[in-house]
Amino acid sequence: MTESMASFAYLISSVLFIMALRGLSSPETARSGNVFGILGMIIAVGTTLVTPGVVSYWMILLGVLLGGGIGTFIAWKIEMTSLPELVAAFHSLVGLAAVCVAAAAFFQPAAYGIGTPGNIGVASLVEMSIGTAIGAVTFTGSIIAFAKLQGIMSGAPITFPGQHALNALLGLLLIALVVWFCDAQTGALFWSIALLAFLIGVLIIIPIGGADMPVVISMLNSYSGWAACGIGFTLSNMALIVTGALVGSSGAILSYIMCKGMNRSFFNVILGGFGGETAGPAADMGDRMVRSGSAEDAAFILKNAGSVIIVPGYGMAVAQAQHALREMADLLKKEGIRVRYAIHPVAGRMPGHMNVLLAEANVSYDDVEELDEINRDFASTDVSFVIGANDVTNPLAKTDPTSAIYGMPVLNVEEAGTVLFVKRSMGSGYAGVDNPLFFQDNTMMLFADAKAMCEDIVKALE
Amino acid sequence: MESEKLVESAEALANSARALAQQAEGVLSQATQVVVSQSDSGGNEFIYLFAVFVLAVFVGYYVVWNVTPALHSPLMSVTNAISSVIIVGALIAVGPAGVNLSQVLGFVAVILASINIFGGFIVTQRMLRMYRKKK
Repeated sequence: MTESMASFAYLISSVLFIMALRGLSSPETARSGNVFGILGMIIAVGTTLVTPGVVSYWMILLGVLLGGGIGTFIAWKIEMTSLPELVAAFHSLVGLAAVCVAAAAFFQPAAYGIGTPGNIGVASLVEMSIGTAIGAVTFTGSIIAFAKLQGIMSGAPITFPGQHALNALLGLLLIALVVWFCDAQTGALFWSIALLAFLIGVLIIIPIGGADMPVVISMLNSYSGWAACGIGFTLSNMALIVTGALVGSSGAILSYIMCKGMNRSFFNVILGGFGGETAGPAADMGDRMVRSGSAEDAAFILKNAGSVIIVPGYGMAVAQAQHALREMADLLKKEGIRVRYAIHPVAGRMPGHMNVLLAEANVSYDDVEELDEINRDFASTDVSFVIGANDVTNPLAKTDPTSAIYGMPVLNVEEAGTVLFVKRSMGSGYAGVDNPLFFQDNTMMLFADAKAMCEDIVKALE
Repeated sequence: MESEKLVESAEALANSARALAQQAEGVLSQATQVVVSQSDSGGNEFIYLFAVFVLAVFVGYYVVWNVTPALHSPLMSVTNAISSVIIVGALIAVGPAGVNLSQVLGFVAVILASINIFGGFIVTQRMLRMYRKKK
């Protein structure tokens, strides 16, 4: 295969990748989009396999079989509730792969057509360093994100004095190392860059709290794309550059959407430290009355409603309550009650997390609506059923300028006739802010595990 | 309305694809030149690749804004899978005969990227299969 033919094949695979993302504009076209993505990958890999430089296939075959087997196994076994962890873990692999490829290119530049050892062009060295640094940051950053999501590490932000100064200093040191590396071209310097970037990856993710994980995951998604891009420049490979740019911008847009969903700037999230005080109920709220009810009370209220809006949050995912919740919704629908779901952009631990869980429980996506679409309808709704969400319903975000979440777009659940709030305890949400909704006259607290409560309501309805 | 929007965005995509195709033609003609005088046209080649990069960022920007929020999770897993096209670089490292450090590194990268490719596409497919309309 000539070089121009190969370039053309890479172009085709780039276009197929674009079409894969394009397909996601609606659930009907999404599946064919995924097939385009797979086709694009087959073309890219196939093209590389027939380039003249590739002559030994047994290691490739072994690697693909091994990796493919592991990947297939994990993808089939994983629970949909653990999706954020899976995605974080996968990001880390892309990051590490980028580091490995950059290292391979540095030690064997002839194979990549970028010179001979110790005599590599400066442009290639810069591209390589960028790919390595971003890849390494993605690797360790994703591992920390994974550990926080999985509960191996506390979700609370880890902060210490001089943190930002230290990070800035290490960043400058990294740039200095890259400059030195471009001049001296030694292996030791290459590994120093990688190690320093590994350290930076850890340091930039530890101060970010659990509730900000949607932003972190999107951001790491973006990084993995830029790392691929850096490597793409080193290899002069169009498929890699285009894909990297697509992934990079996709992650950046998702980060932006998530930040907007919390009314916080990207830098505010990145600098971290938010949501540290995830304390219990505040003392000054003690004298106010909370009305709590049983599953039977809730079933009675729901049965007599004409319309219900369900607001799911991360608590639903933790309790794996989506199936029981759907059963409950089905029973209500049978009674002729209109049931819809309202999803806040930052509900859950990754973008679109709630949508996937509801889809898994066989909820039709026509019943699932976004914040902007449904927020006006709460006023004309009889019951809002909040399950596992807290901060995203907090009216303080609209009324109290001193609140940590002031200005965040929230679901107007309090406007419904009755608010049913499923919660394990009176604890505050991740933002560490109390929710006055609990003390409202038309609120009934249902203290229980989300799944157990749904099951009990189902029993009471039957 | 919906179909109008779809047609509109399809047009936008077609335009971007066309732009990309034009770029590609440029790259193709450049590629031959690059082969002839590799050392001299290094700067030129970079500009071409950089142009491709900038255009791809724009394409990505418009395509991703069109993704419905309900599919943001599959978007993340599919971008994860396609970013593993980095396997291309790993294959070049493993490809040559013999065994050395670069090949070992490449081998590791092939495994990592394969986990991602298979895992990413399969989990995306699993997710997408769950989205269904009202019966």
